[in-house]
Amino acid sequence: MTQYIIRRLIHSVLIVWGCATIVFFLLRAIPGDPIIQLLGPEYTPEAADALRAKLGLDENVVVQYFRWMGNLLRGDLGSSITGAESVRDALLSGLPKTMSIAVVAFIIATAIAIPTGVLAALHRNSFLDFAVSLVAFVGVSMPSFWFGIILILIFSVQLNWLPSLGYASFSEDGAWEWFSHLILPSLAIGAGYAAILMRFVRAGLLEALSSDYIRTARAKGVSERRVVIAHGLRNSLIPVVTVAGIQIALLLSGTVVIETVFSIRGIGRLLVGAIFDKDYPMVQGAILVVAVIFVGANLLVDIAYTLIDPRIKYD
Amino acid sequence: MTDAAVAPAGKLSAGAAPTRSGQRRFWRRLRRERKALVGLILVALLGVVAIFGPALAPYDPEADDFELFAPPSLDHPFGTDSFGRDILSRMAAGTQVSFTVGISVALLSMVVGVTLGLIAGYFGGWVDSLIMRFMDLLWAFPEIILAVGMVAVFGAGIRNIIIAVAVAYLDDFARVVRAEVLRLREEDYTLAARSMGASHGRVMLRHILPNTLAPIIVQATFAVGLGILAESGLTFLGLGVSPSTPTWGLTLNEGRDFIRQAWWISVFPGVAIMVTVLGLNLLGDGLRDTLDVRGVRDAG
Repeated sequence: MTQYIIRRLIHSVLIVWGCATIVFFLLRAIPGDPIIQLLGPEYTPEAADALRAKLGLDENVVVQYFRWMGNLLRGDLGSSITGAESVRDALLSGLPKTMSIAVVAFIIATAIAIPTGVLAALHRNSFLDFAVSLVAFVGVSMPSFWFGIILILIFSVQLNWLPSLGYASFSEDGAWEWFSHLILPSLAIGAGYAAILMRFVRAGLLEALSSDYIRTARAKGVSERRVVIAHGLRNSLIPVVTVAGIQIALLLSGTVVIETVFSIRGIGRLLVGAIFDKDYPMVQGAILVVAVIFVGANLLVDIAYTLIDPRIKYD
Repeated sequence: MTDAAVAPAGKLSAGAAPTRSGQRRFWRRLRRERKALVGLILVALLGVVAIFGPALAPYDPEADDFELFAPPSLDHPFGTDSFGRDILSRMAAGTQVSFTVGISVALLSMVVGVTLGLIAGYFGGWVDSLIMRFMDLLWAFPEIILAVGMVAVFGAGIRNIIIAVAVAYLDDFARVVRAEVLRLREEDYTLAARSMGASHGRVMLRHILPNTLAPIIVQATFAVGLGILAESGLTFLGLGVSPSTPTWGLTLNEGRDFIRQAWWISVFPGVAIMVTVLGLNLLGDGLRDTLDVRGVRDAG
């Protein structure tokens, strides 16, 4: 098991390194000089050369790459191309926002998906099953940013229940302020995620409930509640955990767009803004963070299997 | 040696290609799948709008001589936007763009992904490792972030969006096909074809590819929907098509600033995207059940 985790860790590090390398060289292939954009009306060839030298962009790309990698290993992501802030600080201030949205979205989605999936499976082919499935189909089919706008329209504009924009810090503004700012964005990206999870819960539970050990459990008089939860649900969770892990990408992708809708300066908004500004160091840093979160989440999912199903052993 | 191995090479692929009775059985089963039927009808209706969109639209999508922010009425069923343009007409024009993007994304990622999956699965060894490690890299980027990055590198515009989104979804096709090929390359008829001297290309194209069609079709159906969703997301972020092309994502984005006074500008294009993707998802899901395919990922 330890060996397996070490092997997976090495594999994960290699993937992240590959991503970082590809992004580094792709960004250097972008047509258009960021220096021209940066200097704007103050552009002169001399000023451009001076700035290029200051940012280290005058050197050979390979030299730039090794310097960047060296700095990266020391945790230094460089400073934003405008020089105003360090990439690390910007990402560190964005990370809690993005993670808060993703975690709350994950909790909301699971809280919706598991009970509805179980209900749909227990009342298979009933009207309830049909309605839940239809809602799930609609959930995966709508763009999250559009659903976000609809939620703002209903809960902020019409009902005035929840804030429509921005982020509140947990430590400074308190738990309720923090949470109330997260409900709408999290629900917007959690809806599609919930829909996918719910269908896997339903399918997994239906398969588990038709197996022999369930019949045995019922035959020996185990209560129906225990049959469904302890025997059926637990055994149907493995595909659900796989999907939950794979679809973390969906939550992360969702945050990129939803942060723009709700004006939250998380990793996604930083990334999109940096792309518009041709801010290489920030784009590299933001994509690296996303890749680390994503690869890390999948590693955790693999380890989580063994906790849910002791039969799975990694060599 | 099996019977198949002694049969002439030409007949070997007969079982692989869909026969006429097989097609009839397929349609019969598809008709029984109500989900697929609803999806097919939705997609077909929108397809008609996509083809005849400009002719069906009540007004010129660029005409801006109507009242600004007019709410939905009989004259303008979906209202007008901040420039006084008819939203229904703009959406009819946008249907064509959305379908073009969706179908092009699906075709491009299908052709490249299937080729890579076929080669990786068939040859195995270092070829497989090389291709699949590359797919791992693609997989490590959430799709929209990969697409956003590529559009940043190559610039906005429909063509670049199609390429960016298609690359982002390549790995789905490659994985599905590779998994099938790993199974099929050990089948008796494949071994038989090889032992009779058929070239690698022939075995892959005539004997293996036709048997992987079912999961490819299902994946492609979902990919059209994913392409439409991704295009609207990129356009929404301002990285999409030029402002002169009235896509659904663009109209939706234009309405965002006026959501408090004119909800209809953003709401209707979103409904159009949702209904289209819903139709494709229902169709894909129904096809998956009809063709009895497993392991193909949903849109979403």
